[in-house]
Amino acid sequence: MKFFQRYAKNYGALLGLGILIVVAAVALAAPLLFPVSPWQSVGDPLLAPSEDPAFPLGTDMLGRDIAAGLAYGARVSLLIGLISTAVAVLIGVSIGALAGYYGGRTDDVLMRFTEFFQTIPAFAMAIVLVAIFNPSITSITLAIAIVSWPPVARLVRGEFLSLRSREFVQAAVVIGQSGPRIMLTQILPNVVSPIIVTASLMVATAILTESSLSFLGLGDRNMMSWGFMIGAARTMLREAWWMSVFPGVAILLTVLAINLIGEGLNDAMNPHLRGRKG
Amino acid sequence: MKSLDFVFQRLLKAAFVVLGVVILNFLLIHMAPGDPASVLAGEAGAGDAKYIAQLRAQFGLDQPLYQQLWTYLRGAATGDLGFSYRNQLPVMTLILDRLPATLLLTGCAFVFSLVLGILLGVVAAYRRGSVTDSVVMTGALVFYATPLFWVALMAVLVFSLHLDWLPPFDMETIGSGYTGWARALDIGHHLILPTVTLGLFFTAIYTRLTRASMLEVMSLDFVKTARAKGVPQAQIIRRHVLRNAILPVFTFASMQAGQLVGGAVLTETVFAWPGIGRLMFDALLQRDYPVLLGVFLVTAAVVVFVNLISDLLYRFVDPRIEAAS
Repeated sequence: MKFFQRYAKNYGALLGLGILIVVAAVALAAPLLFPVSPWQSVGDPLLAPSEDPAFPLGTDMLGRDIAAGLAYGARVSLLIGLISTAVAVLIGVSIGALAGYYGGRTDDVLMRFTEFFQTIPAFAMAIVLVAIFNPSITSITLAIAIVSWPPVARLVRGEFLSLRSREFVQAAVVIGQSGPRIMLTQILPNVVSPIIVTASLMVATAILTESSLSFLGLGDRNMMSWGFMIGAARTMLREAWWMSVFPGVAILLTVLAINLIGEGLNDAMNPHLRGRKG
Repeated sequence: MKSLDFVFQRLLKAAFVVLGVVILNFLLIHMAPGDPASVLAGEAGAGDAKYIAQLRAQFGLDQPLYQQLWTYLRGAATGDLGFSYRNQLPVMTLILDRLPATLLLTGCAFVFSLVLGILLGVVAAYRRGSVTDSVVMTGALVFYATPLFWVALMAVLVFSLHLDWLPPFDMETIGSGYTGWARALDIGHHLILPTVTLGLFFTAIYTRLTRASMLEVMSLDFVKTARAKGVPQAQIIRRHVLRNAILPVFTFASMQAGQLVGGAVLTETVFAWPGIGRLMFDALLQRDYPVLLGVFLVTAAVVVFVNLISDLLYRFVDPRIEAAS
């Protein structure tokens, strides 16, 4: 069966893909849909949704368009979610591969290192990192990557450990291929699908973390983000519910969509594990 | 003797993690852009030469790096995490003052989410494929994807501002002068919203986990045997399935202490709950780095301690773990 056909058997996964495509399209088209910066006042302050047809989702206390904020916020969420996950996967795969392939002392040291990062409270550490290195898109992305790579390392290590003793790897050793080459060309291709599944779920967590950081005021000051919008809406909770409700729904839908996609990928890539994941 | 070795090993490991966090804190201060003293002083001590001088002395910033690390380690070992200029109090005093509130909140949220999550997971697994199952699992999926701070805000919006059922802020009614039971009730009343909002995210995780674990055990041969013997279904679920299925849930839950603390930062921020999470948020606003790093260190230490205890408990509760290791 073709990969997509297997994927499409999971309706939730299809729904997730649909939502994500919409969010991504809005993110990409944000400058076209809303040519004016989302930080700019464009209307009367605190317009309720549909009070003025020009602002279907209303405006905030400074007359900024909530819909524009959502569109630009989608860019930040997706960007940080994807890049931080990519960095985390890179770190996790490197460490896990070295530990699993070489074993012994290397494995011990690298796994203690991994355990250390897995034990310390991730979100608190992300807060400290971003605060000390000043909030910027780079520091936020790196902080999220630094707190989220350990599961990848453990996963990759386990796979490498078990594949290392398989015959095709032994054969490559015998014909004199170098360690790094074996890791990259022989073993890694066999580990790609579990990595993709894990990574897709990590994007969702990364987006939640990013929104939490910017809610606490640790967002990039130059970029509108959903978490920041909710943080700014806190004091206006009673007066303007729409300021906090819509960005929250945006986060919820995006994260939900990515989680659904992750489960769909899991079912499609590991058919024998279907329905067993918690 | 083997058990004693195990205990010793775990203690050593825990000590190393805490030591690692202290060193990490130290490195962060030095890796931060700018002069460590002025970074530490931040906006809190901006322009105050006396405070910067005090920080220099505290960290020995004019000495070689290894000497500075030693000074810092020695301080941390004796509970000296520096001084908060903003609050005019030692960091440790501030943290110890706030810690009980956080332990109360996270403890309640932990119990709430574990009990509700297992309950829902069992029901969903028992009625697999039913409407109840779909509703529970959809709910779990949604709450797993919802940002905690937003759930908290929505809860305030609905239950405090609109329905006026529950207090939106603080841990007790300010100036009420309640004592004894009245005070406990008052705190309990304030505890409901933060506990539920912090707990729901974890409830979602435990529900999914319990259901998956239950279904896995239900497909095992010994369950079929019990069924073939004619053991009533309810008894199979309770005595045979749940007992086996619950262990992975507990294992996972015991590793969630760090996540729970992270959630507490957000929950306490929204509900103005006077714990260390709120302290961390205030420290962020004031750029009070000694407090920020101190809270980080203490939360890490608490998490390590909780992991240690649960590790040790398992070892003695479930004999299979000892056999397996």
